[in-house]
Amino acid sequence: MNQNQKTSDSKDLDVIRSLIKKHKRNDFIFAGVGMLVIASLTITLLILFLDLVLDGYPRFTLDFFSNFPSRKALQAGILSAWIGSALVLLVTFVVAVPLGVAAGVYLEEYAKKNWISDLIEINVSNLAGVPSIIYGLLALGLFVYSFGLGQSILTAGLTLALLMLPIVIVATRESIRAIPVHIREAAFAVGATKWQVVLNHVLPYSYGGILTGVIIGMARAIGETAPVITIGALTFIAFLPPAPISTEIPFLNFDWLEAAFTVLPIQMFNWISRPQHAFHVNAAATGAVIILLTAAMNGFAIRLRYKIRKKIKW
Amino acid sequence: MPQSSISPRLARSLKRNVIERIIEVGLFSSAVVAVFITTAIVYVLVTEAIPFFQHVSIYDFLTDTVWTPNYSIKHYGISALVAGTITTTMVALVVAIPLGTLTAIYLSEFASHKVRETIKPILELLVGVPTVVFGYFALMLVTPFLQTIYPDLTTFNMLGPGIVMGIMIVPYIASVSEDAMRAVPMSMREGAYAMGATRFQTAIKVIAPAATSGIVASYILAISRAVGETMIVAIAAGQQPNFTFNPVESAATITAYIVSVALGDLEHGTVGYQSIFAAGLTLLVMTLVLNIIGHWVRKRYAERY
Repeated sequence: MNQNQKTSDSKDLDVIRSLIKKHKRNDFIFAGVGMLVIASLTITLLILFLDLVLDGYPRFTLDFFSNFPSRKALQAGILSAWIGSALVLLVTFVVAVPLGVAAGVYLEEYAKKNWISDLIEINVSNLAGVPSIIYGLLALGLFVYSFGLGQSILTAGLTLALLMLPIVIVATRESIRAIPVHIREAAFAVGATKWQVVLNHVLPYSYGGILTGVIIGMARAIGETAPVITIGALTFIAFLPPAPISTEIPFLNFDWLEAAFTVLPIQMFNWISRPQHAFHVNAAATGAVIILLTAAMNGFAIRLRYKIRKKIKW
Repeated sequence: MPQSSISPRLARSLKRNVIERIIEVGLFSSAVVAVFITTAIVYVLVTEAIPFFQHVSIYDFLTDTVWTPNYSIKHYGISALVAGTITTTMVALVVAIPLGTLTAIYLSEFASHKVRETIKPILELLVGVPTVVFGYFALMLVTPFLQTIYPDLTTFNMLGPGIVMGIMIVPYIASVSEDAMRAVPMSMREGAYAMGATRFQTAIKVIAPAATSGIVASYILAISRAVGETMIVAIAAGQQPNFTFNPVESAATITAYIVSVALGDLEHGTVGYQSIFAAGLTLLVMTLVLNIIGHWVRKRYAERY
């Protein structure tokens, strides 16, 4: 009887031990699977990057950056595309950043809790979820035909600014929200007005976070293709827009805003769509340029945010 | 003496107040731009789609399964395009949901602080890759690779771009789900560990159920990204509308159709031009419904601790 009790006890123990073993094994297996998944994602990113660089390698010459697109693949370059991208981004930056920061400041610092603020907030979060091609259709109907801006750099810049706006607003709000109330109270206590508090305290302290959002938004704008195609950007541009700086008074020239243009991702799309392999090499080289630019910008933004998070202790 | 010393001060404070008001109005109008954009989107799509629906009946638009705006016998059956959108989205989800969920569970419950801080930036870089580059990847790398396994696959198909789209949306699922899981209070984990649960058991039986609303919301966000994705499918899935749910065939999605029309020269005011607005309206309604469901799920099933 006693003997029996003992064996059944040890049997139970064995069962429990094997159960624990099984569950620990499951734990181990899952950790392995998780690491495998993450490793494969990282490797995918690497393959993507290496593939572009290796495919496009033969075209990494100075000529590639200083030539216009051409019917002959080996003479074709991305001069008009990168200048177009730079000018479009300039417009986007000038429009989206002040507007986005102002909207973010209003929503965090000024807005009273009422239906208007709710409406604005719902709209901002909804806009972030609207597919980019819809912005292209908006721009086609509104900027190109209703406002008569045509298929110009100004239209493309405004379109991408609309796309970037929610990103800037959200980044501004998040970094403003991280500033403790007592900073504002201290400023109010010495007689500062609301705007003085915002300008001299809130904005300087949230500057890094806003900059992070702006850089991420700009990186997205560089690669954005669909809305720019939708407004009818041309794919073959063998001339440059008028220079923004002139030698005559007033030294600035805004004719370039109305010029036809192409941008880097459209140039790449155009070359992918051609059947000849030589153009695919050009596309890969352009892709490598785009991905280097966006990765550098995103990497910088991520580092910046990391630094801010580590440095600031209120 | 008092009168003369107070009035400039009053004047200054009045000026100050006026400036403050002007600034506030300026900031307010910037914020209202968001409302203006939404209104403009709906306005433009609806006003351009109305003449289209005077030409094509809504019944035909919804029930016809052929979309041939460029042929002599014109058909405008949106379901031909919606089928392409649904098929590519499904392929993407089959890839992204398991990978994204696993990544989220691993990062939230298994990874050490250091691993998490290294992996999350990599995921963010993946989000930052422009979609036109992903399209190149689908056409030049993934489809040829799939052709070695399945030789009958055509150059343009929905499988390759669908898979690439799946890889693209993994980070969205992973980061939103991970945030939801990390928001589950530590005490619940500690309770499970105290009962002798392993990490895996805790993750599956305690954390995942508690974070369901966030996880489901991340899936819906991913679907809405996939539905609106344009360049990958425009490059690698072909731009020929085709009513099929078979991923190895080529077909156009709603977005790819809009791109293919925009690339050609379509006169302002023609039915073909208006058709892209009708297609865009359909797309907007689809993503709007998804966003509303996502919002509702998060509100309705959000756990409060």
